[in-house]
Amino acid sequence: MAPFIHYILVCGGTACESAKSDKIYKNLLNECERQGCKVNTQIVKTGCFGFCEQGPIVKVLPEDSFYVHVQPEDAEEIIAEHIVKGREVSRLLYDKSKSKVRAKIEEIDFYQKQVRVVLRNCGVINPENINEYIARDGYAGIERALFELSPDQVIEELKKSGLRGRGGAGFPTWLKWNFTKKVESDEKYVVCNADEGDPGAYMDRSTLEGDPHSILEAMTIGGYTVGANYGYIYIRAEYPLAIHRLKIAMQQAREYGLLGKNILDSGFDFDIEIRLGAGAFVCGEETALIRSIEGERGMPTPRPPFPATHGVFGSPTVLNNVETWANIPVILQKGGDWLARIGTSDAKGTKVFALTGKIRNSGLVEVPMGTTLREIVYDIGGGIANGKEFKAVQTGGPSGGVITKEHLDTPIDYVHLQELGSIMGSGGMIVMDEDDCMVDIAKFYLGFIVEESCGKCAPCRVGGRTLYNILDRITKGEGELEDIDKIESIGHAMQKASLCGLGQTASNPVLSTLKYFPDEYKSHIKDQRCPSGKCKQLISYHILPDKCIGCGLCARRCPVNAISGDIRQLHKIDQNKCIKCGECYNVCKFDAVYVR
Amino acid sequence: MGKMTLKDLRALREEQRKSLSRRNVENKDMEIIVGMGTCGIAAGAKETLDAFVRELDENSIKNVRVSQTGCMGLCYVEPTVEVVVPGMPDVIYGKVNPEVAGKIIRKHIMNKTLVNDHIYDRPAADIVEEGRGD
Repeated sequence: MAPFIHYILVCGGTACESAKSDKIYKNLLNECERQGCKVNTQIVKTGCFGFCEQGPIVKVLPEDSFYVHVQPEDAEEIIAEHIVKGREVSRLLYDKSKSKVRAKIEEIDFYQKQVRVVLRNCGVINPENINEYIARDGYAGIERALFELSPDQVIEELKKSGLRGRGGAGFPTWLKWNFTKKVESDEKYVVCNADEGDPGAYMDRSTLEGDPHSILEAMTIGGYTVGANYGYIYIRAEYPLAIHRLKIAMQQAREYGLLGKNILDSGFDFDIEIRLGAGAFVCGEETALIRSIEGERGMPTPRPPFPATHGVFGSPTVLNNVETWANIPVILQKGGDWLARIGTSDAKGTKVFALTGKIRNSGLVEVPMGTTLREIVYDIGGGIANGKEFKAVQTGGPSGGVITKEHLDTPIDYVHLQELGSIMGSGGMIVMDEDDCMVDIAKFYLGFIVEESCGKCAPCRVGGRTLYNILDRITKGEGELEDIDKIESIGHAMQKASLCGLGQTASNPVLSTLKYFPDEYKSHIKDQRCPSGKCKQLISYHILPDKCIGCGLCARRCPVNAISGDIRQLHKIDQNKCIKCGECYNVCKFDAVYVR
Repeated sequence: MGKMTLKDLRALREEQRKSLSRRNVENKDMEIIVGMGTCGIAAGAKETLDAFVRELDENSIKNVRVSQTGCMGLCYVEPTVEVVVPGMPDVIYGKVNPEVAGKIIRKHIMNKTLVNDHIYDRPAADIVEEGRGD
C-alpha cells in the first residue's frame, strides 16, 4: 500500500454529525475514489474537535487546514482543489483573512488557552481504530501498571497527581480507590458513570465518542489496583453514538488481548459490560446508579455505607465519572507529578467545560484548573453573541448556581466555586445575557428537578414542587413579598434534609439567583415587571408612534392578527389578542416595537 | 491480530506511531513541492509525487513535508519540483520522473548535494522579491 500524503479528519461528534458530517465523510470518500487520489489520501472520522459553533469541521493534514461550516457539496471542491492540486479552499478556512498565511489550529483564539489532557485524542485519532489510540501512547498506562507497579504504587501515583473526582463533589480519587482496595472481598467492581444528564452538558459524551479506549484502559487499571475483575459502564441509552463506539472499542480490545482473560500475558483478568440507563437524572447519583445496574428501580439509598465498601451487588465498588477515568491513563503513563504541575495548589489538572448559551464560540473547552471565568468567556468563548451585555454564567447544571459579572475573575476550582454558591459539577457552563430573566432560569431548573426527582424523600419531592409553584406565581406577577422568605426557608430545608445529592443541591439555582439578583425578584413581585422582558404574563408589546412608518410587516407576520393599521399609517397592537410571541419585535426593521 | 503480549503491544505502538507521525506538520524543516498544474499532471506529476512519498518512507526520512502546488511556469520541463532545504539554495528541478525523484531524495535530501542536469531556475520569482520589477 502506498503511504498516505494527505489525511482528512472529519469531525464525527454528535453536533457535527447532526449537521451532516456523515454525508460529508461519504462524499469525500466518493470524490476521492472518482478523482483518483484514494491510494494516498486517508479519510478519518474523529471525535469532537470541541469547536462545535463552527461545525461541521474538516481538517486536512499535513497542511493543517481548518475548514469550518463544511457542507456535503463542498467535498468535490476540497478533493479537486486541495488534495489534487494542493490549493487550500480559502472560502472554507476558519479565518479567511489569514488564508494566505494559513490559520493553524494553534493560532485560533479558541484553542489558545486550552490544555488538552482529557480531550487529548479527540479530533486527532479515529475512535474506531485501536491502532491509532495505541500509536498515541494508548495502553501504555496499562503496561506500566501491570508490569512495573504494585497496586499500592498505582495509588501512590494517583495521590501525587492530586486528581479529584470530576463528576461534581471533587472527592480525592486515590482515597476512594484506597477504601475499596483495603476491603477484603471475593468480588469487587469498577464502574464508569456515563450518565451525564445536566441540561447543556456534553463533555462526557464527547470523550466517549472521541476516545473510547481511554476509558477502557483506565477501568482496567482501576480493576488491577483495587482487585476487581469486572467493570460496568453505565451510560444513558440516548447516547447511541457513544455506545456504538464503546462497543467497537471493547471488541477491538478483546481481540488484542487488552480486555478479557490474561491481559498481555500478565495473568490479570478484566472485562467490561455496558449497562444502558433510561435517562433518569437521579441515576447519575452513585447509589441510585448502582441500584439501576443491579436491575432495581433507580433510587438512592442513604450513605454510609458508601459504594467503596458496599456497592454493586453489595460488593466494594470504585465508581468514577468519565472525565475522572479519562485522566487515569495519562497519570500512569506520564506520572502523577506531571498532572500535579497543571492547575492550582488545591485543584490539579484540567477541567472540561461544555460552553453553551449566549456565547459566540460555543463548544467543548478544556482549561487548567484555576483559569478565570473571564478567560473562558471572553478569550476562549469570544464574548457574548450579538453584542449583548454579559449577565451571569450558570455552572453545575440543576445542582449549581449563577456566577455574576463581579466574580468573573474568580479562578475556577472546587473551593472558589463553592464559596460563590455554585459548584464545579460535571462541567456544564451556560452563559446568559441581559435578555435572560433570572427568575425564569430558576424556574426552568426547578421544573427539571420536579420531573427528575425520584420521589423517595419528602424534602425533594414536596419541596421541589412547592418552590416551583412559588416561582411560577412570581413569573406570572402573582407573587407576594413573603414568597422570598418562603423560598429561602424551603431551599435551606431541602439542602439539609434531602436523602441524596439531587435533593440537597436542587435549591441551589433558586437560592443563588435570589442572592445575586434580589432586585429582579422584587421587581417581579412589587412592580409586576420582568426587567429582561422574558416573563410573558408581565410584558406587553407596543408600537412607538414616532418610529413606525406603517410598512405593515408586523401586521402580516402576527400569527393572531392582533396588529391593525392602514399602510403608511401608525399600527396598533390589540393587547387582548396579543399572545406575546415577540414576532413583531423581531421583524421590525425600524425598532418601532418595544417591550414594556 | 490475535491476543498480544507486552512485547507485541510495544512493537505495534512503534509501528503505528510511525504511520501517525506522517500527519504531523511539526519538526519538518525540509519541503518538497510538486507542481501539480494541468501541465504537470499531464506530464506525470502524480507518479512523481507518489515516488517521493514512497522513497521518503523507505528511507525512514521524517522531517520532509511533501506538498503540491500549481504550475510553476516551466511547462516545458514538467513535471517540476521545488526542493527547500535549510542552508541550501531553493532549487527547482525539471523533468522529474520517479527515477529522478529517487536521485533527489538520495543526493539532495540525504547528502545535501544538488542533482545535475535537472536544475532550472524560477522564471520570475527573484525579480518580484528583489523589487527589480518596478
